[in-house]
Amino acid sequence: MTLIQAVFILFAILTLGAGLFTVLSRHLFHAVLYLILSLVGVAGLFVLLEAEFLAGVQVLIYIGAISILIIFAVMLTRGMARNPGPPLNNQSLAAAVIAGLFFVLLAPVIAGFPWPQVTQGVPADAIEALGRSLVDPNQFALPFELASVMILAALIGAIFIAREKR
Amino acid sequence: MLQGYGMVGLYLLLSFALLGVVLLLWWFLRPKKPNPLKLETYECGVQTVGDAWIQFRAQYYIFALIFVLFDVEAVFLFPWAVAYNQLGLYAVIEMALFLLLLLGGLLYAWRKGALEWV
Amino acid sequence: MAQIYDFIYNLLPYLGAWLRGLLQSWGLPEDAIFLIIGLIKAFLLANFGLIGFAILTYVERKIIARFQDRLGPNMAGPYGILQPVADGIKLLTKEDTMPAGADRWVYNLAPLIIATCALAPLIVIPFGPGAVGTDLNIGVLYALAVGAGALVGVLMAGWGSNNKYALLGAFRAVAQLISYEIPAVLSVVVVVMVAGTMSTVGIVLAQDVPYLFVLPLAALVFLISGVAEVGRTPFDLLEAESEIVAGFHIEYSGMKFALVFLGEFIHALVVSALFAVLFLGGWRGPWLPPYLWTLIKMSIGIFMFFWLRATLPRIRIDQMLNLNWKFLTPLMILNLIGVALVDKGLRAAGATGGLWAAGMFAFNMAMLIGALAIPGYLGHRARMAAMASASGEEPEALEAVGAH
Repeated sequence: MTLIQAVFILFAILTLGAGLFTVLSRHLFHAVLYLILSLVGVAGLFVLLEAEFLAGVQVLIYIGAISILIIFAVMLTRGMARNPGPPLNNQSLAAAVIAGLFFVLLAPVIAGFPWPQVTQGVPADAIEALGRSLVDPNQFALPFELASVMILAALIGAIFIAREKR
Repeated sequence: MLQGYGMVGLYLLLSFALLGVVLLLWWFLRPKKPNPLKLETYECGVQTVGDAWIQFRAQYYIFALIFVLFDVEAVFLFPWAVAYNQLGLYAVIEMALFLLLLLGGLLYAWRKGALEWV
Repeated sequence: MAQIYDFIYNLLPYLGAWLRGLLQSWGLPEDAIFLIIGLIKAFLLANFGLIGFAILTYVERKIIARFQDRLGPNMAGPYGILQPVADGIKLLTKEDTMPAGADRWVYNLAPLIIATCALAPLIVIPFGPGAVGTDLNIGVLYALAVGAGALVGVLMAGWGSNNKYALLGAFRAVAQLISYEIPAVLSVVVVVMVAGTMSTVGIVLAQDVPYLFVLPLAALVFLISGVAEVGRTPFDLLEAESEIVAGFHIEYSGMKFALVFLGEFIHALVVSALFAVLFLGGWRGPWLPPYLWTLIKMSIGIFMFFWLRATLPRIRIDQMLNLNWKFLTPLMILNLIGVALVDKGLRAAGATGGLWAAGMFAFNMAMLIGALAIPGYLGHRARMAAMASASGEEPEALEAVGAH
């Protein structure tokens, strides 16, 4: 086992373990913190894939912005910490069995799938190439502008919904 | 490239450990004289009333929402900015369109009073 | 003589090469050499931050004292330079108090996270050619992103303390930090655009003319939002003593309090280091060795922080938010578009070097003056209208004032 594989397993355990705790935590605020830890693990996986820009974006957007939004949302819910209730209900056993069966069904498919192999490494100017293709009319210029429209729509929707009724 | 990030990881772990050692040193040196009065919530000597989990204004949430959207926009700008020197005028115009749309969104928020702290 | 000068000039690369040669002569494998050199670098950088913190606490008190016509710390050692040591010993012998009902793990981990996230960007700050912790392709993005990690620490501290004021302070702090991240990121994007790279070393190498003179508006906005992100005066409403006692770190004592404080000072150090790298040309400068230039340029930013603290009063939260969302953010978006267009125009006209820099400078200054004049005019108009309505004038007269 190489060092990179060991680090990969470490990050995978971090991501999955923290994700599990996110679901099982009785406390809403703790669940958010575990979610952040899980996102850190994902950023680490991006780094291992040499997708450094995505890793930076992961930290900046998901940890620096979206998790803050989630924490604010948690703080705005009054009394959620007082009476959290059990995280599992009486269907947990059935859900576990079905999830396990689904995994048994899916695992051979995933293992047997002919995943495309990348032979050459990530080019040194990957970020530049991304920037070029974002504005290239033959590539992603339209989705790029649509992203702006989508952000605009999200902004208007957010203001419309979150505004206090007067 | 991974070596560079190995260095980053090493540095983060080491700084965390170094600060942890400082806390450990403090644990050895500090006096331990527990007293229930010391555990009370500090409010300048006034008795605490109620819970710390108070209701916050929804305004904070709106600002966080606007921030998330502008952060996403800024992230799109980074690869464009790196490639900027090799791109022509059309790229600048596309980016200007992208930004002006968002500026329009900001103006909308402004007009709707979402940016007011009331 | 020339040799001595050369040695002092290239001190850091020489030391690195000597260490590498020494380890190689011991016959260590390449991985072990990387690990040892990495650990030494990391240790030196972390200690640069910690010692910088100790020095800054002293320098700040001394400078603020001078501004206020006082002496400042002067008892511990000559000129009081041992004050940070005395403070450190005092904090190390303070009792640990954890308020009842505090969330144990969250409360205790928060200062560590805040301090580590504050230290993290130091690794991409270049101190000279070949003297940088590590030169990442996404250098400035990394620095901005890990800085955002401190937000989580602040919220953890506020929530874990089980104190209304701590939670309120944390909310204020986060609202301010996230707001001012937008103009900061946009001004960094302007620099990245002109330099054509996100690597800190690349940005320094691209600055034949320091970007302060090419992009003065971006520099100004970066400095303002930097002050706001550090949470220093005039943006220190997140620890307004008279309103919310001390902010999110109210329940911390002893060394945990010191770590939160360390986070604030290191953040100031990092912002001024980034300012030096992005706008002042980093290590580049005549005669003096590169690392000295880096330190000198960093101290310029630091001094600005202290100067502002001694000069300006605190602003209110609505003023803080208005300044950001209604002024800095739209201004930086327009500035980004304008700089891109003017740059393309100047390049198309064949302007390079000094001429190009002069053109960019002229455009930015014109935009700055325009940006200051328009709100000034609108504010004046609003004040006149308010005065008119306060003195109970006729609606017609009010409209006449408003029309002007």
